[in-house]
Amino acid sequence: MAGIVSFGVHIPVYRLTRAAIGQSWESRGPQGERAVANYDEDSLTMAVAAARNCLKRAVGSKVGAVYFATTTAPYLEKQSAALIAAVLSLAEDTQTLDFTNSLRCGTGALGAAINAVNSGAVDTVLVCAADMRVFAPKSAQEMTSGDGAVAFLIGKADLIAEIEWFDSYSDEIQDVWRIEGEKFLRTAEERFVQDLGYARVVRNAASKSLKKHAAAPDTFAKFCSNFTDPKSIGRLSAKLGFNPETQLQAELNQSIGDTGAAMSLMNLAQALENVTPSQSILVASYGNGCDVISIRATDKLASLLAIRKVADQVAQKIMVSSYNKYLIWRGLIEVAQTPRPPLVERQPTPPAQWREIKGELVLNGTKCKECGTAQYPPQRVCMSCKVKDKMDRYNFSQVPAKVTTFSHDYIMETLDSPVTTTVVDFEGGGRMICDMTDRDIKEVVVGMDLEMTFRKLYTVGGIHNYWWKCTPVRK
Amino acid sequence: MESIKNKVAIVGMGCVRFGENFDKSIDDMLIDAAYEAYEDAGIDPKDIQAAWFGNLWAGHTGQILATPLKLSYIPVTHTENACATGSEALRGACYAVAAGACDIALAIGVEKLKDTGFMGLPQTRPNATWSYRLSSMTAPAGFALMATRYFAKNNLSIEEGKKLLAQIAVKNHANGALCPKAQFQKEITMEMALKAPMISSPLSLFDCCPVSDGAAAAIVVRADWAKKFRPDPIYVKALQISQGPREGFMSQAYDYAHVEETRRAGAAAYAEAGIKDPATEISCAEVHDCFTITELTIMEDLQFSKEGKAPEDIAAGRYALKGDLPVNTDGGLKCFGHPIGATGLRMMYEVYKQLQGKAEKRQIVNPRIGLTHNQGGEPGAAVVSVAIVGNEL
Repeated sequence: MAGIVSFGVHIPVYRLTRAAIGQSWESRGPQGERAVANYDEDSLTMAVAAARNCLKRAVGSKVGAVYFATTTAPYLEKQSAALIAAVLSLAEDTQTLDFTNSLRCGTGALGAAINAVNSGAVDTVLVCAADMRVFAPKSAQEMTSGDGAVAFLIGKADLIAEIEWFDSYSDEIQDVWRIEGEKFLRTAEERFVQDLGYARVVRNAASKSLKKHAAAPDTFAKFCSNFTDPKSIGRLSAKLGFNPETQLQAELNQSIGDTGAAMSLMNLAQALENVTPSQSILVASYGNGCDVISIRATDKLASLLAIRKVADQVAQKIMVSSYNKYLIWRGLIEVAQTPRPPLVERQPTPPAQWREIKGELVLNGTKCKECGTAQYPPQRVCMSCKVKDKMDRYNFSQVPAKVTTFSHDYIMETLDSPVTTTVVDFEGGGRMICDMTDRDIKEVVVGMDLEMTFRKLYTVGGIHNYWWKCTPVRK
Repeated sequence: MESIKNKVAIVGMGCVRFGENFDKSIDDMLIDAAYEAYEDAGIDPKDIQAAWFGNLWAGHTGQILATPLKLSYIPVTHTENACATGSEALRGACYAVAAGACDIALAIGVEKLKDTGFMGLPQTRPNATWSYRLSSMTAPAGFALMATRYFAKNNLSIEEGKKLLAQIAVKNHANGALCPKAQFQKEITMEMALKAPMISSPLSLFDCCPVSDGAAAAIVVRADWAKKFRPDPIYVKALQISQGPREGFMSQAYDYAHVEETRRAGAAAYAEAGIKDPATEISCAEVHDCFTITELTIMEDLQFSKEGKAPEDIAAGRYALKGDLPVNTDGGLKCFGHPIGATGLRMMYEVYKQLQGKAEKRQIVNPRIGLTHNQGGEPGAAVVSVAIVGNEL
């Protein structure tokens, strides 16, 4: 029976207080903060970050399939999962699929993964869910939503948690929607959405599922769901028979916000960090129906590497300096531009992108077989001993690195001035020059420890130019 | 291997005023620079047998030159070596004359940067070896990386380092103020330099050269013909160039506190010219102060100062107009301006005038040997030309 081998989350380092958003509109925002994806992040880069955190905890695991779930894919046509698989250097016989169009697509992908593993079609599936939904400025959801990603590796062996059951219920309702060409989500009247949508459907699905499996609410250590309103989620969990004080796993509502398709699974990830072996978790994931999933932790949960834990990522944050900056990052206001060389001059061309998939895109360099010199970008003639075509591929994406020198540049066009140009020296050899992201400029010094992160440099000509940046090492 | 020493001479030069020449086209500047050089050499335009044309962004082929000058179907070679393009045009002309392929050649460089509609340099198109997945590094940032490292290596605090760099800007502005063709003809104070807005930390506004329009030209002839044109020709003693393989961008061996290409081109030029002690034998130098940090490291890389001693020499005024080794007597890139394709020839224009004793208010005492240092690219990935010329055979 399929279960969870590993998981990882990615919470963007930036936060905006809801009060700050409220103040900008001369009203009071609710308590708490929302996570804000940096200007160089999108659902795909956040999914890659979560996936890398997940796979770091599952050393040696092979990935048979990548399922990516989001309502905010970077391309309307062009698969994201294939790009994620490429960035993770997965084998070409990896099955890749995108799931979308509902908040439930994250758990939907998880359900499909369970079926694929149980059927024997693949041994493992990497399920990634990420969202960065943009709501209209001044809307309530702008304050209560947040950006984030989560990844689960589903397999049969070395499970940290077993999936006890996965039930799915469909429900047609016009509660939240968006059509092509529209930037912002539309929602029906609030009480209709809450009562006739979320509360009715989740209550119905969860109680039916519990009854079907003859399970009592008090046998679960944690109950997770994906609705943002803390009051309604508290009321609903109480009505289902859970104790909102002890069993409800919803801390991220306050600190991060509603992460859309990733929300239920991010709550599940945090619940898994809070339970002990043999305890159970119930997930009720809403979105045009409801998926109800029961998960039981195994003894192996205790041995899971404690890296990039949800609580750590919640705690490590940089405040966005102003609501204006958030609006600029999301492209919601146009601002005066210094006349600078047009970006179209740096538009990636599809043949060049394709040629570099196994090289630059995945941060592969080369290591000379003769003299052992590591070098990036990939070289055919060794820069050190000059032999030709005696190179092994050498991946730099996980290699620890340090700042050799840097500059904060105030004239490059960017949505987050200054650009921190950095010379990065890797442990064991190799150097590259790239931008530093997610940094507090006051903390950048020569010798600072760095790690690499996959980001979007810019978008031009309808092409997202993804590459790597360095970032200060975080716990 | 033979040397270029004393095989060719420069007998005429021209240079337009550099700056934001909104009122002048690329054709205007080419014509003005070329005709000043023709007149200076006392030749007719028809005497030119071949031309070397340095330019980055005006377009393709030598037609950009042949059309305004109405050159008559003679060979024109379009050269490009980033910011070292002007020196490359001169190098091509000198080698052709030395080889006997022609007897009278024109070397000319031009750049028109203020028609782009934006600030800064145009984007360099992605190419095979360095793809579109570039860091978004600007030119100031590329050199700022060296400043940070130079300060660290020499135990200078940011404040000490910035003060050191400001002295270079102040000196170059003082020289530029004496130069009628310079873009800026205004002195600045240490305080102005130190309080200027940050561009790429630790470099602020007065650490950076401007973006300029301009053109400069030279007439190159066989050395044995030189005196037929004028009594005071300038003889070429060395023309060296070093192109790095971007090693500094990829190898941790590069310390980011010097420019390897400058060291190599300098050493090769001294050997070719027979110069044993550049610190005392060179009378004056025009060096590539695209940023103040570049001039600082050049002083050590060209052996004008001992390693780590440039800060002391700068503070002591060794490189000022009245110092032992005046550097950038016309204000340098910082003050004279930097129209990319023209800069190398502008440097030679100043050295040529100094060696002829025609540098007016900037004239130094009894110069014999002058040097130009022209750099393209950035620390870690540069191309450097060093030329040495003298007023005696």
